[in-house]
Amino acid sequence: MKINASCVIIGAGINGCTLAYELALNGMKDIVVVEKNFIASGATGRCGGGIRQQWSTPMNIKFAVESVHIFEKLDEMLNYKTEYFQGGYLILAYTDEEVNQFEKNVRLQKSLGLEVDIISAEQAKKIVPRLNVDGVKAATYCATDGHANPFYVTQAYAQKAKELGVKFLLDTEVHSIVTEGNNIKSVTTNKGNINTDTVINASGGYAHLIAKMLNIDIPVKPYRHEILVTEPVNRIIDPMIISFYHSIYFRQELNGGILMGQGDPNEPSSFNVEGSFPFVQEVTSKVLKLMPCLKNVAMVRQWAGLYSVTPDAQPILGPVGDFEKFIQVVGFSGHGFMLAPRVAQHLSNYIINGNTSYEMKELSIKRFENAQLNVDVNVV
Amino acid sequence: MGGINIMELDDRDIIICRCEDGTLADVKDAIHRLGLRSVEEIKRVKRFGMGHCQGKTCGKIIAQIISQELGIPYEDIKPATPRQPAKNIRLDKFANYNGGKNED
Repeated sequence: MKINASCVIIGAGINGCTLAYELALNGMKDIVVVEKNFIASGATGRCGGGIRQQWSTPMNIKFAVESVHIFEKLDEMLNYKTEYFQGGYLILAYTDEEVNQFEKNVRLQKSLGLEVDIISAEQAKKIVPRLNVDGVKAATYCATDGHANPFYVTQAYAQKAKELGVKFLLDTEVHSIVTEGNNIKSVTTNKGNINTDTVINASGGYAHLIAKMLNIDIPVKPYRHEILVTEPVNRIIDPMIISFYHSIYFRQELNGGILMGQGDPNEPSSFNVEGSFPFVQEVTSKVLKLMPCLKNVAMVRQWAGLYSVTPDAQPILGPVGDFEKFIQVVGFSGHGFMLAPRVAQHLSNYIINGNTSYEMKELSIKRFENAQLNVDVNVV
Repeated sequence: MGGINIMELDDRDIIICRCEDGTLADVKDAIHRLGLRSVEEIKRVKRFGMGHCQGKTCGKIIAQIISQELGIPYEDIKPATPRQPAKNIRLDKFANYNGGKNED
């Protein structure tokens, strides 16, 4: 195999596929996406599918709000039923500190144009009547938050990208990136070489390994994150429900299954994506306290995927190191799926037109040189 | 007796995944239109094997269809990644699990 490419995107997850689509849509030719397994086989296809705008940093909020505008017309734009559903996000506060933080978050979110409110436990119960609100001091609710099916969204972008001429090389693993001075010359894979001067790192949980090929350290670490899903039941939950206090979230899929996940602060950094029994015990005991009516519902499947986490829970966008054309779209820290549609537009504008947006400057790797990081605390 | 001539059945009427109502037409669409090549990919994009039986029924049938449609030997087609639990178990059984003591 010998190919010439205008750019090589490493990774066919949500970020690789949205970017391939945006680049092709804006006239770029000879785009090649290299994927070790298959489309959405990594973190994207294992994620909870939530689309939330209630973050605590301006950049995460802005990208999420603007991505929602894209998600709202995505099915029509890509001609694919992606199961996008705006059932809202309900975030529960159990302590005074959480209430204070949520008030601060909501002020910031409103200042950026998001319709979101602090509501009482009683109001939360009106939104999810079967929710046990014992101990809930307050909650925040945004009706335009929601979820979509990550496989369908990624497949939809990939299909359209293919129609626009993007080449996808599946089962193809990148071995090295060949350089000359500060320029990229080619990408070496298990199937041969691809000549290119531009490489986009969209490799999710493996992002630091790709950067390492150019001897660049990026502050992104992979962490296992586990999820389980139940058999389908009647419609009982519209919003995604989050409790940072319990480190859990759960939602109901459109087909009726209840999906639940947990963030474990003691999880070590690794590439482990096996499901564990302690996770199932912990998440079920917590969720059954919040939703006792689920006790007789059966679990059908559990799995895990990798969060690629940065020190401030915000992605790293743009070039790194001395290579102007080694471009990162990495480190989404568990919220890549929901930010990708808008992020891809910023990156495409940068790659094609050389425009570095305000957002890209804010999320450049250079921010880690500052002592004061603006850390997003709304992470589970 | 009237009955159905199975040779005349439309692909859309042949159920492959009974848990998720997936048909032969869906599998062929996945292979030929979407370009999917494995049981795992078809599971993820078409939900085959994501229901109650977790692919115990449809998994091998899908492997056979892939084998036929793409001309790949059946033995070379990998099953989807098996996921726990082996059979459906109520959430409260997990939440109340105490290491196997005093189970009902």
